[in-house]
Amino acid sequence: MTNTETPAVDNGVNVEALLGARQALTDAPQAAQFQWRATCEWLNGTHNRSTVTGFSGLGQEHEHRQSYSIDSDHPLAFASEDNGPTPPEIVLSALASCLTGGIATVATHRGVQLRSVTATIEGNMDLQGILGIDGDVRNGFGGVKVTYQIDADASQADIEAIVAQSQKRSAVFDIIANPTTIQVEVA
Amino acid sequence: MRTPVVVIGAGQAGLAMSHHLTGRGIDHVVLDRGEVANSWRTERWDSLRLLTPNWMSRLPGHRYEGADPDGFMTKDETISFLDGYRTSFDAPVHTHVTVRQVSARDAGFDVATDDGIWSCDAVVAATGASSEPRIPDVAAALPDQIDQLTALQYRNPGQLADGEVLVVGASASGAQIADELRRSGRQVTVAVGEHVRLPRTHRGRDIHWWMDAIGQLDERYDEVDDINRARRLPSLQLVGSPERRTLDLNAMSSTGIDVVGKLMGISGRKAQFSGALTNLVANADLKQNRLLDRIDEFATETGLDAELPEAGRPKPTVLGAVPTELELSRFRTVVWATGYRPSYSWLDRAAFDQRGRVVHDGGICALPGLYLLGVPFLRRRKSSFIDGVGPDSAELVSHLHAHLDHRTRS
Repeated sequence: MTNTETPAVDNGVNVEALLGARQALTDAPQAAQFQWRATCEWLNGTHNRSTVTGFSGLGQEHEHRQSYSIDSDHPLAFASEDNGPTPPEIVLSALASCLTGGIATVATHRGVQLRSVTATIEGNMDLQGILGIDGDVRNGFGGVKVTYQIDADASQADIEAIVAQSQKRSAVFDIIANPTTIQVEVA
Repeated sequence: MRTPVVVIGAGQAGLAMSHHLTGRGIDHVVLDRGEVANSWRTERWDSLRLLTPNWMSRLPGHRYEGADPDGFMTKDETISFLDGYRTSFDAPVHTHVTVRQVSARDAGFDVATDDGIWSCDAVVAATGASSEPRIPDVAAALPDQIDQLTALQYRNPGQLADGEVLVVGASASGAQIADELRRSGRQVTVAVGEHVRLPRTHRGRDIHWWMDAIGQLDERYDEVDDINRARRLPSLQLVGSPERRTLDLNAMSSTGIDVVGKLMGISGRKAQFSGALTNLVANADLKQNRLLDRIDEFATETGLDAELPEAGRPKPTVLGAVPTELELSRFRTVVWATGYRPSYSWLDRAAFDQRGRVVHDGGICALPGLYLLGVPFLRRRKSSFIDGVGPDSAELVSHLHAHLDHRTRS
């Protein structure tokens, strides 16, 4: 590897472990098959609570260090109680989280020390879609814009390259940018 | 029939290996399912020219010596060039012999053909980088009324039924086919995935001249960070043309080609395209400019600055409003320009790993006596170019010769 000579940086990312995992999963592709899960329970009105506890991968079941829950609701403007972010806001947060984690990882791999990284994310939506007013308007975002402010020991071009690479390797970026088959059933 | 070495494929790679074997006095045969340069004769579109300038057509003991070193050979000129190579050292080519099966034996290999079985000590698989098209699974979901063809089957615009065309892929093949179809008056949409953008010329010199000069084309497979990724890189988004024009997304848009993201799926009567195009385009622009920076540093270090025009940068790629869904009914034809892969279906299973890939180190296979040649980044970045097969074959023939000597002694 050529990057062994780059100065050590500390962004709190264990790149060696990630590279080790990449090699291990290249050698054993079946271990790379993961399943992420959540459960969601209706509370009242549009208020509900999703909980994540475990996932599978590396050929076995895993538990998070603790259960995490995310409340979601609709805002007061929709005559709801606003007990949490709307689902689209959670999606936007997930995209920003995924890209930001990727930026830290890629930067560390490239020997770039980060000082601050802030993402501002905006998703435009025409409500005529979900309200069924105009069948030609999609329900989802018309477009999503993410703006990064990054302070790091690197040139503007290198920072742009890190941000570009983090999109290339982002799960949520792919999830939003590309179609996925979804099956919804009633058990 | 018995011979020490069987070379499979009489294209640039097989002939270069044959030249080295001839020079070393090693008896061998070169088998080809058709004629010399068969894929150039039967699997290339009519207007295709080499992507590398004529002066880069350098093979062991044979090179372009015409009057237009900066031009790009047409398909027919390329065929003549390779025919001339074969004649120049009377390569022992057996044409119209199709290899059915190569089987490893204790004493070497049996090469079963439709014209008998050759037994030999070593086999060189030089059947080309583009034996099979890669076609994504989504092809199966297209409605029957849309004609589908691959870049290997495409010949010219007249071959296609009237109507709009979706060209999937924007590397060398896709970009050139989309451009030609558009110039013939068609409505064309091109679906763009990951691509390598480059200007045809930089500061008045061909981009390949620069890549050769800075040593990029000589980068070795055992020196790059991630050889698997390097081998998967799409072809350069270039066209060989007399006017040395650039064929990037800006050029395509300017002729009225509609640009959309990678084709991801079919949903009902709509084709769905990735929304990641903006990022892919930004990435391609960044990588292009990084290479041009490296070239300009080289120009400064080597004192070329004074004699060259100022360094400029191509305009950033401009995308208009890019739809992520299009009605399929508008398209009459889909052209798959989604890449190629070599085919070794006739090769002994012992040569492959669990994932169906031939196990090799720079063309020297784990199966002793078996060699690969003429595929992308086999031993250096230019391995699949006419200009790259010479150094690759020179290195492989040394190994092969030692293998034969070892066999004779033991």
